[in-house]
Amino acid sequence: MNMMTNKELGFADLLKNGQTLKQFRDGIIERTKATGYYNGQEKLEFRDSDPIGYEKLFSKLRGGLVHARETAKKIAASPIVEQEGELCFTLYNAVGDCVLTSTGIIIHVGTMGAAIKYMIENNWEANPGINPGDMFTNNDCSIGNVHPCDIATIVPIFWEGRLIGWVGGVTHVIDTGAVTPGSMSTGQVQRFGDGYMITCRKTGVNDTPLRDWLHESQRSVRTPKYWILDEKTRIAGCHMIRELVEEVIRADGIEAYEKFAYEVIEEGRRGLMNRIKAMTLPGKYRKVSFVDVPYKHEDVQVSSAFAKLDSIMHSPCEMTIKPDGKWRLDFEGASRWGWHTFNAHQVAFTSGIWVMMCQTLVPTQRINDGAYYATEFRLPKGTWCNPDDRRTGHAYAWHFLVSGWAALWRGLSQSYFSRGYLEEVNAGNANTSNWLQGGGINQDGEIHAVNSFEASSCGTGACAVKDGLNHAAAIWNPEGDMGDIEIWEMAEPLLYLGRNVKANSGGYGKYRGGCGFETLRMVWNAQDWTMFFMGNGFMNSDWGMMGGYPSATGYRFEAHKTGLEQRIAIGDSLPLGGDLDPTRPDYERHIDATAVVKRDKQCMTTEDCYDNHDLYLNYLRGGPGFGDPIDREPKAIENDLNQKFLLPEYAQKVYGAVFTQDAKGVFAVDVAKTAARRAEMRKERLARALPTREWMKEERERIINKHAAVQVQHMFATSFALSEKFTKEFKAFWSLPADWQLLETELNVPTYGSKHRMDLSLLPDVTTVVQVEE
Amino acid sequence: MSTYTNEQVAHLVEGSLDWETTFRMLSMPKDNSRFEQYLKALQAKVSFKDKIVLPLGPHLYIVQSAKTKRWVTQCDCGHVFGDYRENWKLHAAIYVRDTEEAMTEVYPKLMAPDTQWQVYREYYCPSCGTMHDVEAPTPWYPVIHDFEPDIEAFYKDWVGLPVPERAD
Ligand SMILES: [Zn+2]
Repeated sequence: MNMMTNKELGFADLLKNGQTLKQFRDGIIERTKATGYYNGQEKLEFRDSDPIGYEKLFSKLRGGLVHARETAKKIAASPIVEQEGELCFTLYNAVGDCVLTSTGIIIHVGTMGAAIKYMIENNWEANPGINPGDMFTNNDCSIGNVHPCDIATIVPIFWEGRLIGWVGGVTHVIDTGAVTPGSMSTGQVQRFGDGYMITCRKTGVNDTPLRDWLHESQRSVRTPKYWILDEKTRIAGCHMIRELVEEVIRADGIEAYEKFAYEVIEEGRRGLMNRIKAMTLPGKYRKVSFVDVPYKHEDVQVSSAFAKLDSIMHSPCEMTIKPDGKWRLDFEGASRWGWHTFNAHQVAFTSGIWVMMCQTLVPTQRINDGAYYATEFRLPKGTWCNPDDRRTGHAYAWHFLVSGWAALWRGLSQSYFSRGYLEEVNAGNANTSNWLQGGGINQDGEIHAVNSFEASSCGTGACAVKDGLNHAAAIWNPEGDMGDIEIWEMAEPLLYLGRNVKANSGGYGKYRGGCGFETLRMVWNAQDWTMFFMGNGFMNSDWGMMGGYPSATGYRFEAHKTGLEQRIAIGDSLPLGGDLDPTRPDYERHIDATAVVKRDKQCMTTEDCYDNHDLYLNYLRGGPGFGDPIDREPKAIENDLNQKFLLPEYAQKVYGAVFTQDAKGVFAVDVAKTAARRAEMRKERLARALPTREWMKEERERIINKHAAVQVQHMFATSFALSEKFTKEFKAFWSLPADWQLLETELNVPTYGSKHRMDLSLLPDVTTVVQVEE
Repeated sequence: MSTYTNEQVAHLVEGSLDWETTFRMLSMPKDNSRFEQYLKALQAKVSFKDKIVLPLGPHLYIVQSAKTKRWVTQCDCGHVFGDYRENWKLHAAIYVRDTEEAMTEVYPKLMAPDTQWQVYREYYCPSCGTMHDVEAPTPWYPVIHDFEPDIEAFYKDWVGLPVPERAD
């Protein structure tokens, strides 16, 4: 008959237990809350009764996930996926809690889980239905994705007609069809310019992508070839993992598999608490970080006047490690979200920290949602890391995520240091930029977009027993790789005129931060080409540690009307290699005197025009330093000088090194003279210093008189408006009069969003998933 | 679990431990006796008689004063920054790099923050001039009280050591 069956009316009974997915998930949440153990599992029956079987299952699944990632990535053509490894596959249980994940950008442990939970909470099982062979695609940042360029394919796993789990695969695509090209573009100031946005859409049935999806998605982005191969990569990986699960169940039985899929999460929860107890120290840690959002400059061309202001993102973090090994991360006082693309969803934050933690606190294969259950997060609603408005842009959430987490890393490093695990100390991370992005018509005559992932090899932070690594890593991808010049030159119409270690980019210290690197690119064989810069310039996002300095900030160099075509033709000198000392620029001596050069700290720009033979310097930042620089070994300074990691002027001024240079240019540091110079430096320091409390009186006067740049006052005003606690503590610290206040309206800058906002949860028929204290 | 000799831990503190052992420390489960060995190595290095309760930085410690049994924050050189519960930075000497000139003393042009956005606050020991910390906040930012360790819980419950005597 022409009537819907019970199934079509809404109750799919996917679990074959009479419960909806939501009812089943609610039960797990309740049991977890009531007992403190994930799903109420005080005892881990399978693991305890058959530890070998349990471990075998673990190894099979984890091995299969890693293998699927390695195999699937060969399908992709995008160098971001194929060279940089910006992909990841994750296995979930039926409620979307992560069981195990592959290597790669494992920030997505939680983001794809959030998408599954969104489908569960919004009754996707009734409409559009969840069936064997379905595929769902998601990149929606308002329900948990980090930024729109991370596209996730999610496939349900059924066994004998019953839903038993999910597998998700994510790749970082080169272009999302945003206002400007590149995967993390800057021109837009709202979600509506962030590009193609897909909300858990059913994009495939019977293991086949739907034609409307294929047609629509490919024409919605600038790089359809890369797009479609990325999709094939994700689908292939998901299907490999689904087969792996079927194989495991055939071998070990469905009962064992399902027990495993819940017990391993409780095991992960306990694992994190054990690691915290084994490595850290209970107490309170307070750290803070910032990053600059310089949008007032004329080279930031945005469509909305209300976004034209300089602002600062603020991320104070109080980390409490409790005696029982649980920890609480509280971001009270954070500044408000803004009209830019650097906002982050709460899940981007809570899920993202595991990509960092697997590099320090939990360097194991056992990363899953257990870690989330061992952590209390507090991200106040309305802040940049938990926006309360459905219009926010997220294309480059990383701009501040990496910095916001820096505070955690420094807190943990303090605990490692105090406990004597000096080998684990890491002063922090590089601000992983610059991002060279842009697009136009490439060397093959096709519409194209580029996003150089050289930023995946920045300098690392210094350790308490050794220097940071030069041009080695990025916090968001533990397996980062700078990529081969030859591959980038195929992917981008930009020739390399240099690729060098960036001198002085690592933060100074007894152990210095790793240096970043710089590549000089010349536009070649492109048409109607554009590029822009994205990174930190006016501020540093990470600090040094225990007397070490932060790393160097970014700056930009670009040159137009260079005359290089002619200079190459006549064999004249060319700008080659690094921009060794920006105090004494050299590139300008090898291009036409009439060239248009931009050399400044404006490291955030929008799409600008580039002709062939124009230049662009891609400078990838260094890491922060550890310990007082005048404790640095003279030999280490000598080595830095000879390798051009450090300019001689700063070896003297910062390190107190006294040295000579021989006829061949080789530096030799004089140990005795250096020691004598350092003794003088200690006296010079004290001669120029004030007792802290004396200085505080001066600073207090400046606050009373509201003497600070607008962006600084703006940052405080947005934090004050969101947090009474932060305001109180600020006023108490500076002993400010009770009636002292600072409002955005005083500052004569646009204040859109300061009073009137509307959250996604206020849309009809939408249930948002909240996974933090707000 | 790996264990290490006192000599190896002393080398770690000096930064002279061989890479093979350092790598083992990184890759193997942590040795719970490290803290005791660490204290021993540090105590042997310092010239003061006060007992180290918790190391805070390469030259900064919470110590139990030999004379008063009070717990205080103290520099290598013996300079006392006050009660261990207070923010030691408030008792330090400070130099703030808040001009371009002061910034370009330490970084090449364009490679330091713009002081209209961010300043560097260097905290020195008022006696010996050691730089114990560099803060990099915006102007106006309160001096940050970085760390308030729960020393009792750590000693008693985490590493199983007697809590040193404390006079308040
Ligand atoms: Zn001192």
